[in-house]
Amino acid sequence: MATTTRRAALGRLAGPRVRLFQREARLGYLLLAPALLLLLVFVAYPFLFGIWLSVTNSQIGVNGHFIGLGNFDFERGDTVFIQSFVNTISYTAITTVFKLFLGMVMALLLNQVFPAQRFFRAALLLPWIIPSVLSTLAWRWMFDPTFSVVNWVVIHGHLSATGVDWLGKTTTALTSLMIVNVWRGTPFYGIAFLAGLQTIPQDLYEAARVDGASRWQQFRSITVPMLRPVLLVVLLLSTILTFGDFTLPYVLTNGAPFNSTHVLSTWAFAIGVGGGYISIGAAISLVLFPLLSAIVFGVMVVLRRPE
Amino acid sequence: MAATRAARPVRFGPPRRQVGERFRGRLFRVYIPVAVFTFITLFPFYWMAITSIKSNSELLDHTKNPLFVLQPNLQNYADLFTKTNFIRWTINSAVVALASTSVSLVCSILAGYSLARLRYRGANAIGWGVFVTYLVPPTLLFLPMAFVIAQLHLFNNYLSLILTYPTFLIPFCTWLLMGYFRGIPRELEEAALVDGASRVQAMLRVVIPLALPGILSAGMFAFTLSWGEFLYALVFMNDTVVKTVPVGVVNELIKGDEFFWGELMAAALLGSVPVAILYSFFVDYFVAGMTAGAVKG
Repeated sequence: MATTTRRAALGRLAGPRVRLFQREARLGYLLLAPALLLLLVFVAYPFLFGIWLSVTNSQIGVNGHFIGLGNFDFERGDTVFIQSFVNTISYTAITTVFKLFLGMVMALLLNQVFPAQRFFRAALLLPWIIPSVLSTLAWRWMFDPTFSVVNWVVIHGHLSATGVDWLGKTTTALTSLMIVNVWRGTPFYGIAFLAGLQTIPQDLYEAARVDGASRWQQFRSITVPMLRPVLLVVLLLSTILTFGDFTLPYVLTNGAPFNSTHVLSTWAFAIGVGGGYISIGAAISLVLFPLLSAIVFGVMVVLRRPE
Repeated sequence: MAATRAARPVRFGPPRRQVGERFRGRLFRVYIPVAVFTFITLFPFYWMAITSIKSNSELLDHTKNPLFVLQPNLQNYADLFTKTNFIRWTINSAVVALASTSVSLVCSILAGYSLARLRYRGANAIGWGVFVTYLVPPTLLFLPMAFVIAQLHLFNNYLSLILTYPTFLIPFCTWLLMGYFRGIPRELEEAALVDGASRVQAMLRVVIPLALPGILSAGMFAFTLSWGEFLYALVFMNDTVVKTVPVGVVNELIKGDEFFWGELMAAALLGSVPVAILYSFFVDYFVAGMTAGAVKG
């Protein structure tokens, strides 16, 4: 008896609720429409078009025809392509490790109480917000072969007699790229971690202190697990941005010396825009896609793992 | 921060020696590392500034200490304004950044609200779909995108950038705002509905005002990225009068192997000013917005 009345009552409720759901659906799709339309026209379509380009022999102003996987075959024999492939991966991997470590140090420092905190927080964020073309130009000037201020300090500080040919040698040029990338990227990690640190309830630390946990133990068992969601997001965004970084390598070296510091993006630009072989350029930049997907999947698996 | 400080037990008159030790501990644990970080962070900006006010002869003089300037002058700035199109590039950058930020914000607010608050079939899948567009960054798209822009006859047109920048702004802004919208209690919105407001009115009058810090944060993020964007602008804008600051500076202040360092650094400094001002006012919002998105999203 009681159940029937309840069911009847539920049935009466269900009517308007379903209508409400339908209205919500219509409004939901309507509100999504502008964003989806933009993304379809300017992401999905060019992406598919890029796949098509990569299997044709198009050049600038010339619509090519289908040639199968010839462009990818070409890549296999192209030493600069292989070099830039390796560079892209080491550029991303090595800088990410440094940015992660230095960003964590920066966040822990900024989470302390000290005078003029607001100033330091804003100042340390600067490299990340300044257009990277402009800050990279400043670094290029600092690494200038004849007027490098870094070398001036090195020589006058008697650290070395000649200084370092930062951008002129194969080995140091890639390292210079990484230094500038770490300089630019660390603040993003630092500020995101700082934001995460400030959401951790203080009583967790107090409880741990009462139980006699050392600073390191507190960091390991409270800070790191609590930062996991922030860590996931920051790592994802940063690896994707670093992987596809074009501006910094283009402005600092653009492949010099001897095409040794090209990354996939600058090499695709050199071939596609500089050389006019759009289809080969498209094939080069498409290589980023499986790599990015693998990285993103990897980060998700590692960091989503429940404790 | 203030709360945690106040919550700490107050110590009455520790022995003097202990104060000294605590200070020395903090000196090595906090003050010196902060100073090192700040120095490395800010040195390139100091170098920009000092270079921009040097004369060419002083710039290229090996015998003098390069860290200081002997005869500061504003010749580089004057040249930048009179002999190049720098002012025009700044206007172009501002138009493009403001317009693409507005487009992205409107799209992201609507989409974020829809994905966070309304229940309908496919919402989850579409939410993921928006996020997945992050896997196709501009570096992957710029060559086919050039074809699309050519088909639309938008080369050397502001619209080519205003329409393409949102592709990398909308995913992040939507995701950040979804976190924000989820954090606003449903009861507030339901109360408005009970009072006879429509869903759209509830969104405009209740949810969006409450999400304003998040919107501000997303807007700063979008403005920063579009102000500094380089690749699309480099490919799509070839006429000197339509270039943005980054493209104009790289294309026209570097002639082959000749770098006009004084003017370059003056331009770098001036081009950084708008975003630096923005952040000096709103850095707290930005940090707060990032947390909300990261923790709740």
